[in-house]
Amino acid sequence: MTDESQARKERFARRQAELARMSDDQLKERFWQLCNQVVEPIVDLARTHTSPSIERSVLLRMGVDSVSSHGVVDRIFEAGLLPKGAGNVLLRVAERTGKDVRGAAAAILENPGVLKNLFQSVNA
Amino acid sequence: MSEHLEPNVKLDVEHILEGLETYHPPRKGWTWRDVPTEGVNMGPFHYRDMSKPLKNSIGLPASKYFDHIDPQPSCVVTTEIASGRFEDDIRRMRMAAWHGADHIMVIRTTGQSHIDGLLEGTPEGIGGVPITRKQIRASRKACDLIEEEVGRPINFHSYVSGVAGPEVAVLFAEEGINGAHQDPQYNVLYRNVNMYRSFVDAAEAKSVMAGAGIFQIDGAHNANATAKAGWLVMPELMVQHGINCAFSVAAGMDRSLIGLSTVPPNSPPAPKLWFDLPYAVALRDFFSEYKMRAQQNTRYIEADIEEAVRTHTVDTLISMLTRADIQSTITPDEGRNVPWHYNNIRGVQTVKQTWAALDGIKELVTLNHDGPLGAMVRDLKERAVAFLEEVVDQGGYFAAVEQGFFVDSAKYPERNGDGIARDGKGGVGAGSLVPRDPDYFAPVCSHFGHNHVPEGLDKPCAPIRGCTLCDPEKIAYIDELDPEDSCARRLEKTLPYRKGGLIRPEAEWAGDGTVLIQLFVPENEDIAPVYATEMARKMGLADPEVINTMVLHPSEGCFVEVKGKVAFDIERSSLKIPEKEIVLPEEVLRAAVKATGLRVVAGTVGEDEHSVGLREILDIKHGGIEKYGVKYTYLGTSVPLSKLVDAAIETGAQAILISTIISHNDVHRAQMRKLAELCREKGIRDNLVLIAGGTQVNREMAAETGLDATFGRGTKGIHVVNAMVKVLRARGVV
Repeated sequence: MTDESQARKERFARRQAELARMSDDQLKERFWQLCNQVVEPIVDLARTHTSPSIERSVLLRMGVDSVSSHGVVDRIFEAGLLPKGAGNVLLRVAERTGKDVRGAAAAILENPGVLKNLFQSVNA
Repeated sequence: MSEHLEPNVKLDVEHILEGLETYHPPRKGWTWRDVPTEGVNMGPFHYRDMSKPLKNSIGLPASKYFDHIDPQPSCVVTTEIASGRFEDDIRRMRMAAWHGADHIMVIRTTGQSHIDGLLEGTPEGIGGVPITRKQIRASRKACDLIEEEVGRPINFHSYVSGVAGPEVAVLFAEEGINGAHQDPQYNVLYRNVNMYRSFVDAAEAKSVMAGAGIFQIDGAHNANATAKAGWLVMPELMVQHGINCAFSVAAGMDRSLIGLSTVPPNSPPAPKLWFDLPYAVALRDFFSEYKMRAQQNTRYIEADIEEAVRTHTVDTLISMLTRADIQSTITPDEGRNVPWHYNNIRGVQTVKQTWAALDGIKELVTLNHDGPLGAMVRDLKERAVAFLEEVVDQGGYFAAVEQGFFVDSAKYPERNGDGIARDGKGGVGAGSLVPRDPDYFAPVCSHFGHNHVPEGLDKPCAPIRGCTLCDPEKIAYIDELDPEDSCARRLEKTLPYRKGGLIRPEAEWAGDGTVLIQLFVPENEDIAPVYATEMARKMGLADPEVINTMVLHPSEGCFVEVKGKVAFDIERSSLKIPEKEIVLPEEVLRAAVKATGLRVVAGTVGEDEHSVGLREILDIKHGGIEKYGVKYTYLGTSVPLSKLVDAAIETGAQAILISTIISHNDVHRAQMRKLAELCREKGIRDNLVLIAGGTQVNREMAAETGLDATFGRGTKGIHVVNAMVKVLRARGVV
């Protein structure tokens, strides 16, 4: 711990000596360049992943109430279909059952079996 | 109730609740104040840094000396409301808006950030309200009425954090919430939400907020409030602000709608300015493209309200010396209880008073960057950049959190080892992320990240013919889930106090009966609070509790504040409300004064050297009786009563005016009685109008002291002339 603390302080001293040579504007530019560098991989993670809350928020925007959206996303997660997007799944169920979006949500809650073979490549 | 509020009519909560299932906000997005570049002229003054005045408002107490002007700062002013019952919150919002708040922040009930999904209905909260669609709709509807009443848009604000961030953001976008806290770091550090989940959810939430024009405030200031030495974490705070800003911009937010939540981190008796000013300057330099939401310090708030107000005044000074787009206020009683109604108003007044006093300060005073300030600013910036380099060096943000980089109470690069470290595999919602497939599709607007929208669609929500953000009629409204824990049940109980003619005092909720008693106890700090509790109990107060004890001397005594609940009601109809004195029109008064050649003698009586109040009643320049043509002979201060009576006889005056300020041992009453007796003895009582005034005098004292009229605080010359003319009329003189 003490060694690590000493090493950190030494790294800081080296950095400070370097930063001292920068103008105020250069320092500011460096700050923002580093901030962007730090968040870049996190933004990529967010672009390529989803979560139950994100999917519930999609269903809300489709007009499904908060209580139903909870159960529907849970069923879709259990069926391994969340990577397709809960809204996408709901659209397919609606298409298959001839119901509207809310009707499709109710159908999933009533019988998660309607989720079978919606995406052939996954459920084959 | 009409669709407009009337200043003399209470807000009708039941009416607000009607038709909520179809209510949609008339406008969305954040609103800044209207600030004329040429400044604002009000009363006798020119202001340089003010926004347009309100249509209806209540000024500072001293505004009565300045034509009742109520200058409104150029920045948005925030008040935080957290009673746990939104039906009481909305009445408080109205009062706060009348005093100048246009950013109303509603604190969530304890634990809501760990609830995996949305709450519905109107259950009662603890330390805040459960944020639900119905609660937001009712509050926003009330704000829509209130903003029309005061003449300025109100920004309604809450929190997008926890494990249901994206859903909360959608709810806010649908319901016209104007501002929200959103900072994934807050979830990670203070709510132990899994770090990956928190950031992935945040990108979606921010995208939704951006789509609805919702102003964002970050959560960095919590490090001030959490770290043991809040003033040492400044380099880290800049890093936290920077990460949230960069991430927000990447998620699609406009920089003009991103605000930094920043607090002057130190507090007296510390030499505050030497810490807070360089930090404020460094922050505003680096974040020149972003908005500053200046918060007041909560870290060092104790039970003493005045101490908090003084610190907050200095905090506001720092805002004015640097920059604040939003000045938040902290209720000064936050250190001792869940904030009370009237303390919201006190917080807003602190900003309003400071801002008016220091209006245009930057034209008079400039910061000396050449002195130690410049060096301190530069040092903070270098430390912040070095901190970021270290984060990159150690493997990035998530690695840095795992190593406890954040909220360590030492000044970087020092480390105390008390930072908040989180495990990437742990926390609420760990393991809940899933990768999106190439054919992932979300048929809605404001969605962030990969979305395989079928070709040929003009909007992603085309397959459902519009999402709720495009067509609010599609929003699924749930009224209540538990009718027993709902506002309807609570409103039944408080009905007598709101509409039934019963009165009880309140601090948080209608009919709560809470009162505060302030007292000095000539005993030490062990005895004084125990005494105060016992005293309150004997006064009949329920649940007495001491909330502040200030030692004035170890043995001589303490100032104590004790709260308790009044357990009885009083019917409004049983109160004898004195009739309002009707003042005759100015021209009638002038004519009567002229017709009688009205002349008075005046002086301050008793051993009393106060003369200001009486001079204001007399002098023309203060709108005194002289203005209406009354001639006066002023005999000065500490005048014996007999001298006044003799002077009246000598000058042929029709009236004697005495002023009496000192009131110990009822000196003022004794003097007033004696004046009447003296005139009776001399047989001239019916020839003279006898009037007394003073700070401890009131209108009811005339009858008991045998005078013709008595006046207290707030009296103007016209009131005195009016009283004299009425007596003279009654005697048939005019």
